[in-house]
Amino acid sequence: MLSGSQRTGKYLISKNLDNFFIDIRELTRFTLQFFKEVFVPPYELQETIRQCYKLGYKSLFLITSTAFITGMVFTDHSRPSLASFGATSWLPSFTGVAVIKALAPLITSLICAGKIGSNIGAEIGSMKVTEQIDAMEVSAINPFKYLVVTRVLATTFMVPLLVIYSGLIGLLGSFIDVHRNDQTSFTVFMYDAFSKIGYVEILSSLIRSVFFGFTIGIIGCYKGFTTTKGTEGVGRAANSSVVTIMFLIFLEEILLVKFFNPFYYG
Amino acid sequence: MKNTKHDKVVVIKDLYKSFEDNEVLKGLGLELYKGENIIVLGRSGSGKSVLIKIIIGLLKPDSGTVEVLAEKIHELDKKELIKLRLKIGFLFQHSALYDSMTVRENVEFPLVRNMRNMSKSKINQAVEEVLDAVGLTDTIDQYPAELSGGQEKRVGIARTLILKPELILYDEPTSGLDPVTCEEINKLIMKVKERYKTSSIIITHDLACAKQTGDRILMLSEGKFLRQGNFEEVFDTDDERVTGFYNYNFIESNEN
Repeated sequence: MLSGSQRTGKYLISKNLDNFFIDIRELTRFTLQFFKEVFVPPYELQETIRQCYKLGYKSLFLITSTAFITGMVFTDHSRPSLASFGATSWLPSFTGVAVIKALAPLITSLICAGKIGSNIGAEIGSMKVTEQIDAMEVSAINPFKYLVVTRVLATTFMVPLLVIYSGLIGLLGSFIDVHRNDQTSFTVFMYDAFSKIGYVEILSSLIRSVFFGFTIGIIGCYKGFTTTKGTEGVGRAANSSVVTIMFLIFLEEILLVKFFNPFYYG
Repeated sequence: MKNTKHDKVVVIKDLYKSFEDNEVLKGLGLELYKGENIIVLGRSGSGKSVLIKIIIGLLKPDSGTVEVLAEKIHELDKKELIKLRLKIGFLFQHSALYDSMTVRENVEFPLVRNMRNMSKSKINQAVEEVLDAVGLTDTIDQYPAELSGGQEKRVGIARTLILKPELILYDEPTSGLDPVTCEEINKLIMKVKERYKTSSIIITHDLACAKQTGDRILMLSEGKFLRQGNFEEVFDTDDERVTGFYNYNFIESNEN
């Protein structure tokens, strides 16, 4: 597979634009190949579970600390604005909506882009430049199935779970701030926090995080698989995985929020 | 005994391969017979590695035919290619061991992935057998980063042997090794040939390796085979491309 930067010679428009469109074409092929391979046996279940543990479970500490701090700081920063018109009692429902609808899916996915996306890009990139992927191929093993399908499934499955977890931890952080200032009980806080959140909001966050998880996996793997030029290329693969994933997550967020808006407001 | 058509393990005809404007292989032809070790000698960048990557199907030729174990490798579909590759071993220049796996996991990996119904005890037995053949049973639980260059090559050879291949392709098996380790690897290549009855194509620029392990030597230069025969026949010439290569590598190996 050619990455955009591998092409030299005559260009149709300009070097950068040509490479950009070639990258899009190759990424589309790569994604189609994923859907072709994912349903065909043999299924690498054991490796997928290992990747879920490696990519998901091992991100828990980072997700926990970030979600907790975000929830707490967000509530703390929102308090003065609401207090200015005597509406601090709205804080639980306000933060509930913010955390569940926006902060949890977006922040968790961006953290995963940095931690998991770069990890996948660098790991597969390093395997590519040291011929470990070729070694799999000549041993009659399908490297796409073993390396790509397992990782993409793991991120697609684990990111939504991490989003749910991060939402709950974010609300816990928010509760501590509210409780410290207003002595609100946990039950009342949670009741208020979920009072403005329905199934549609939760479902929308989960569906968006499935898209984000898939994007993290497929872009990380694609960047790794198209790595060239030795160790320098591995660093570039890790870096460009993160940049591309973050850009696509924001793009998807805009489009998906637009898509879900009619369901929220009827 | 004269080799017949049925004894041919690899047959290459009129092979061309270019990378953009750089024509690497220009109409190569090659025949490897059963039980034979052939050496492809040549300078760095002469296209030796490209040639074996074409033979295993990692690269596609621009034109020409490559028949491996009576199958035209570039005309096979994915399933047929996987089936054929089970009969071919490939030792990479830098061994290409999976760094996240131990020696045991590296060696058993092709077996575990391809023979999914095989019992754990049979897999362990097969791993121990090939590690014993390459003399590395002590390192079974170590990671590649803990191994020396020579040990990495041995594990690489063990990994190729686990599927009991009929053909082994060696890409620079002695590169980056000291002369004593080179000698050990050369002996191991011969031992593998005797014990597993394999045929091999060995890509190298190491004259000692060529002399010790090759039944026949093909000298690759400028995309074509300049000469072929046994070691003495190949270098018994005034062609400066051949003598230059010999003198340079002879001095280099003596300096080592």
